[in-house]
Amino acid sequence: MTTFLGLPVHAPRGVGHLRGDEPFPDAARKALANTQLRRNIGHATATIRAKRAAVVAELDDWEQLRLAGEAIKTATMLRLDDHLEQLERRVTERGGTVHWARDANEANEIVTRLVQATGESEVVKVKSMATQEIGLNEALEEAGIAAFETDLAELIVQLGHDKPSHILVPAIHRNRSEIREIFLREMAGVDPELTDDPRRLAMAARAYLRRKFLSTKVGISGANFAVAETGTMVVLESEGNGRMCLTLPETLITVMGIEKLVPTWTDLEVFLQLLPRSSTGERMNPYTSAWGGAHTLDDGSPDGPRDFHLVLLDNGRTATLADEVGRQVLNCIKCSACMNVCPVYERTGGHAYGSVYPGPIGAVLSPQLTGVEDNASLPYASSLCGACFDACPVRIDIPSVLVHLRAQHVEEQKTARRLPTPEAVAMAAASWTMSTPKRFAAAEKASRAARVLGGKKGRISTLPPPLSGWSGSRDAPVPPKETFREWWARTRDVPS
Amino acid sequence: MRIALFVTCLADGLFPDVGKATVTLLERLGHEVVFPAAQTCCGQMHINTGYQADALPLVRHHTEVFAPYDVVVAPSGSCVGSVRHQHAMVARRHDDELLATRADEVAAKTYELSELLVDVLGVEDVGAYFPHRVTYHPTCHSLRLLRVDDKPLRLLRKVRGLDLVDLPDADQCCGFGGTFAVKNADTSTAMLADKMRNVLDTQAEVATAGDSSCLMHIGGGLSRLRAGTRTLHLAEILASTDEAAP
Amino acid sequence: MSATGSTDAAKEEILQRIRSALGSRPAAEPAPRDYRRAGAEAPGSSALLDLFEDRLVDYKATVHRTTSDHVGDTVRSVIATLLPQGGSVLAASALPDEWLPEVTRDTGFTARELDQFAGVVTACAAAAAQTGTIVLDGSPDQGRRAITLVPDLHVCVVRAEQVVETVPELLSRLDPTRPLTFISGPSATSDIELQRVEGVHGPRTLAVVLVTP
Repeated sequence: MTTFLGLPVHAPRGVGHLRGDEPFPDAARKALANTQLRRNIGHATATIRAKRAAVVAELDDWEQLRLAGEAIKTATMLRLDDHLEQLERRVTERGGTVHWARDANEANEIVTRLVQATGESEVVKVKSMATQEIGLNEALEEAGIAAFETDLAELIVQLGHDKPSHILVPAIHRNRSEIREIFLREMAGVDPELTDDPRRLAMAARAYLRRKFLSTKVGISGANFAVAETGTMVVLESEGNGRMCLTLPETLITVMGIEKLVPTWTDLEVFLQLLPRSSTGERMNPYTSAWGGAHTLDDGSPDGPRDFHLVLLDNGRTATLADEVGRQVLNCIKCSACMNVCPVYERTGGHAYGSVYPGPIGAVLSPQLTGVEDNASLPYASSLCGACFDACPVRIDIPSVLVHLRAQHVEEQKTARRLPTPEAVAMAAASWTMSTPKRFAAAEKASRAARVLGGKKGRISTLPPPLSGWSGSRDAPVPPKETFREWWARTRDVPS
Repeated sequence: MRIALFVTCLADGLFPDVGKATVTLLERLGHEVVFPAAQTCCGQMHINTGYQADALPLVRHHTEVFAPYDVVVAPSGSCVGSVRHQHAMVARRHDDELLATRADEVAAKTYELSELLVDVLGVEDVGAYFPHRVTYHPTCHSLRLLRVDDKPLRLLRKVRGLDLVDLPDADQCCGFGGTFAVKNADTSTAMLADKMRNVLDTQAEVATAGDSSCLMHIGGGLSRLRAGTRTLHLAEILASTDEAAP
Repeated sequence: MSATGSTDAAKEEILQRIRSALGSRPAAEPAPRDYRRAGAEAPGSSALLDLFEDRLVDYKATVHRTTSDHVGDTVRSVIATLLPQGGSVLAASALPDEWLPEVTRDTGFTARELDQFAGVVTACAAAAAQTGTIVLDGSPDQGRRAITLVPDLHVCVVRAEQVVETVPELLSRLDPTRPLTFISGPSATSDIELQRVEGVHGPRTLAVVLVTP
């Protein structure tokens, strides 16, 4: 066991899916060239944006709900230890078992041991960000346990040997004909006459999974919320696969990030309004399940799994909590509204972010879970347009956290490197120049030399690196003969 | 009213006509414009790129330069956004609570041009004449940081001769984002391509906005295409009259 | 389980990390609660029932109004319409006898046995009009969760006075220590090109029998 030294502990390397193989700009370049992907994602995000806008407009107290959601989550984080201990007590009283996992490896070990203890070699899973984050399926596979994803989109991703690209609609990057091809190729016993009609595809998944649901003895889930005062776990879903996994197996294992708590049952009245409208654009999702430990009904008969295990996961969340600006990201209820409004996500899709958490929220969450140096390009993967804040149901100020993480990255670079980066040199020089008007005016005069680049065209079409990134697709303006301050001095005759 | 002009470093060095138009417009409306010659830059590029330590002297300088004035105007939603939402933050990051307080005081009297005209001066018809087909792009920071809402449109609707056409998907970012345009040039260009398509679909002769930076981006793309649409700052249109047109 | 020892150490360490992260434990602002908690309409009022029906139909449930004297007849006719080919129907163990005395009561069938039933009839615990949501809480007239999940048709009897307007009112009527299932329309997916398809793994048809006194 390691001794705790009080330093933030990030999610470990070598396990799970929080780090990409290449920096965002490189991954984005490839994604941008995939016209099919851009069409699919453009269509899907536009559709869901319109649905969300319509159901949000139905509520005249939407802003009050957002403010309440923000305040409840903020307060929860400031007493997270107390709430977690209360949750553990309540779940235990209700017949469940609570496990604590410092990181992905520990969580994977706990879940693997729990499954092994049942003697089963197959589990059914309901879509869960936490288990994707820690790479649970891979860990189970190494132990000889097959995990079946049961959410339709997760099934498409799993059968396609693919990665999810959106936290709510993980197969958003696939269109109907691609999905048909995957099913025909990978789904055992599928009707060879299968068409690309979404209804036919969904029915093929129903038939394929029903056998699993009726026979599998272990279910694995995440949780959207856990209520500390009552020990109630809450999962929102649409298809009924969640209810199947939460109800039919004999053993249920839920893996949940420690930040997913709300203190009271009453608090849920806010989030059960914010989440469905923000995520799927519905007034309410078709199914929400709430349960505690192992349930027995009034007549003494059992209802649902006999054994319930809750695994509480840190994996970099306490490190995020340690950052006073960045901790608001833990308030996230994983609705994905920010992705659907993000102009960057809409064009690159989710894979370019490299982490299971894509889009604006991923750009502020992944670097905090891993430490900013392991995801250093993500805080820059935004034009800071601010659409994400407006869409966020708990008012996370994503643009400000992006700017904060950029500063953290620059400061860490400064400490870590003997020589400053060329960018740091340029920024320091610009700061030196701009801190006095005299130097600034002199620099403006000097930049006039660039007029020669414009030639007779009156525009500049090529610039040296790194500014070639600009001139690759846009002309640059030619500096004028006279700056504003020179004009003012010449015409207004003010004493300098 | 005596109004201090924060012209912004971009307008000063690259787009002086925007500064001149702001002066012309406000003087035509009967106000006195002063130009504190010591001003330089708000430091937004430094802050948004992560160089807050380098931004600190710029924030301090800006605060000192503009503290003596009652009303400050800038022809930029983005720079006003930085003054209002970032200056105190930079000061606090460096534990300078005094500077943070003073920066907030300056921020409270700093206005973007359309805010100054509509909210402070109470004017929508500024007496401009601009007989052209125009489309308006609401820049992200004016829209979502300053919440200028439809103020620029209200001003444009009162301009004689102006044929205002709606820009499809107007509230979508043009892809500029400061150093984003260079660090993520490909994604930025993809965003710009859609913005240009929407601008060209309007068949406007002029695309306008309240930020020279976004206009430099959109205009740089349109110029590369040799498209028949030019960009002009909102101030330039509002300053335009029968006698003097940009 | 052998994990107990290490999980205790893990618990202590995570709690320590949280305390260290929070430092001086700043006090939190109380949450503002000025959103709408109570509805404008009284539970069971005719305006609410209309809204409830509208929202259910919007999410592709069918709604069948009846009065308390005719629940059994209405349920029978709904089943006859929605299961034209017949098929066996199950009811929650303590569904009121006067509703459907002839229907098989749940006696703890296995999942595979439940799969042989074409439909199930239950009552409900509470409902919210604004979102078209029905909640089951495992009471004897609603049964364990599996019976309303595996059969393909769910006929749910909702009494008018159980229908409130808002989500906060709905939650205040529920006991969070019971197993709860919130149902808003039949199961659905939008995973393929964001096109909504009703009926995936849960009952593909939801019929609501709405009973006024």
